Amino acid sequence: MYTQGLDQKGQSDSQRDALETPERLEAFQKRIDAEEKIEAKDWMPEAYRRTLIRQISQHAHSEIIGMQPEGNWLTRAPSLQRKSILLAKIQDEAGHGLYLYSAAETLGVSRDQMVADLLSGKAKYSSIFNYPSLTWADIGAIGWLVDGAAIMNQIPLCRCSYGPYSRAMIRICKEESFHQRQGYDIMVKLCNGTHAQKAMAQDALNRWWWPSLMMFGPSDRDSKHSAQSMAWKIKRFSNDELRQKFIDVTVPQAEFLGLTVPDYDMEFDAASGHYIHGEIDWQEFVDVISGNGPCNEQRMAKRSKAHADGAWVRDAARAYAEKHAARAAA
Amino acid sequence: MRANCHIEEIMTNKEWPLYEVFIRSKSGLSHRHCGSIHAADDQLALDAARDTYTRRNEGVSIWVVRSSRIVASDPAETAAFFEPAEDKIYRHPTFYDIPDGVENL
Repeated sequence: MYTQGLDQKGQSDSQRDALETPERLEAFQKRIDAEEKIEAKDWMPEAYRRTLIRQISQHAHSEIIGMQPEGNWLTRAPSLQRKSILLAKIQDEAGHGLYLYSAAETLGVSRDQMVADLLSGKAKYSSIFNYPSLTWADIGAIGWLVDGAAIMNQIPLCRCSYGPYSRAMIRICKEESFHQRQGYDIMVKLCNGTHAQKAMAQDALNRWWWPSLMMFGPSDRDSKHSAQSMAWKIKRFSNDELRQKFIDVTVPQAEFLGLTVPDYDMEFDAASGHYIHGEIDWQEFVDVISGNGPCNEQRMAKRSKAHADGAWVRDAARAYAEKHAARAAA
Repeated sequence: MRANCHIEEIMTNKEWPLYEVFIRSKSGLSHRHCGSIHAADDQLALDAARDTYTRRNEGVSIWVVRSSRIVASDPAETAAFFEPAEDKIYRHPTFYDIPDGVENL
C-alpha cells in the first residue's frame, strides 16, 4: 500500500497531471476495461480518486466504530474461551481499519484528515453499528449476519480496479470468515440450549435482520453512486444483487437453527430459485445514516473520548522518538 | 545526517511518520511488501507491524522502512524506463531454434 510519501512530484508536474483531457480519460477507461489494476501513483481522474477515498475511508471508519457493539460484551462473555475469541475478533476489526486507512492514504488523504472527518461527523460509517448489542446472542447475530453481509460485499471488492484497496480486501476477507463462523457457532450453541437461550437467539435475529439487509445500501432504484462505480470496476455487483445473494444463503442457515427470519412476506420462488423478501423500511435507514439511530451519539462520543484520551500517548511516543534521535545526532 | 532528517521529519509533521512493511512468510522466501503503518519510531513500527500484519503467523521476519526513504520509478515514465528490455528477445531461450536430433539443450 504505497503511500503519498513516495516519489512526490513537483507542483508543476501535478498541475500538468490534473488535466483531464478526453485522451487521458479514454486511456484510463481502457486500462480498467482490460482488467488492469490502477496503482497509487498512476494517473487517475479526480472523481475516481474522490470516490475511492470516500468509500475506503467509510469502510475503515466502520471497522473502527464496529469494535464498540462487540466490546460491549467483552467483560461479560460467558466463558474465558469465548472472551479470548471475542478479543481476537475485535483486534481483527482494528487491524482491518488500519489496512483500509493505509489503502486510502495512498490516494493522498492523510490519516489525521480521515480521523478528523470521522470525529466531526463529516464522514459516515456503516449504519449497522448504530444499533445496540443488548444480549450475548447479539454477538452471535453480529458475527453471523453483520459479518456475513460484510463478506458478501467484500468478496467482489477483492477484484476492485484499485490495487491497494483490492489487496487490503483480500487480507480482510481471509480473516472475516473466522468472524462469521464464530458468530454462527454462538447461535448454534444457543439454539441447542434451553428454551430461554433459543428465545434469546430468535430475539437477536429479529433485531439484526433488517439492519443487516440495509448494509447493502439503498435499493438500485435510488443508489446514486452505482453506475459510475460499476464502470470503474470499483463495484462489481449492484446493491440489490448482493442483498439477494445474502438472503439466499442466510435463510437456510436460519432454518437450520430452527429460527424464523422476521419477514412475513418472505417466500421462496421456485422458478427463480430466490427468496423474495418484504419491503425494507428505507426511512429507518435514512434516519440512522443521518444521525438518528439508537446509538449514533453514544458511538461518536466514545470514539471522540478514546481519541482525546490517547493524545498523551501519541505525544509521548513522539517526544521519546525526538529525544532519542537528538541523542543519536549528538 | 540520518538522525537530522529524522528530527526534521518529526518536527514538521505532527502525524507519526509512515513506514512500509515487508514480511518474509517463511524462511527460504523473500520479504514481500504487505502494507504500511504509522509509528513514532523504528521499534514501535516493528511492534505495530507485528500486531497489524502477523496476527496469524503470517511471518518469520519483518522489515520496516520509512516510506519517505523509498526511491521509486515514476509510473508516468514506465514505458520509456523499461523500453531498453523490450527488443532483446534473444535473451530468452525460446529465441533459438535447435536442430532436430540435438538433445539435452
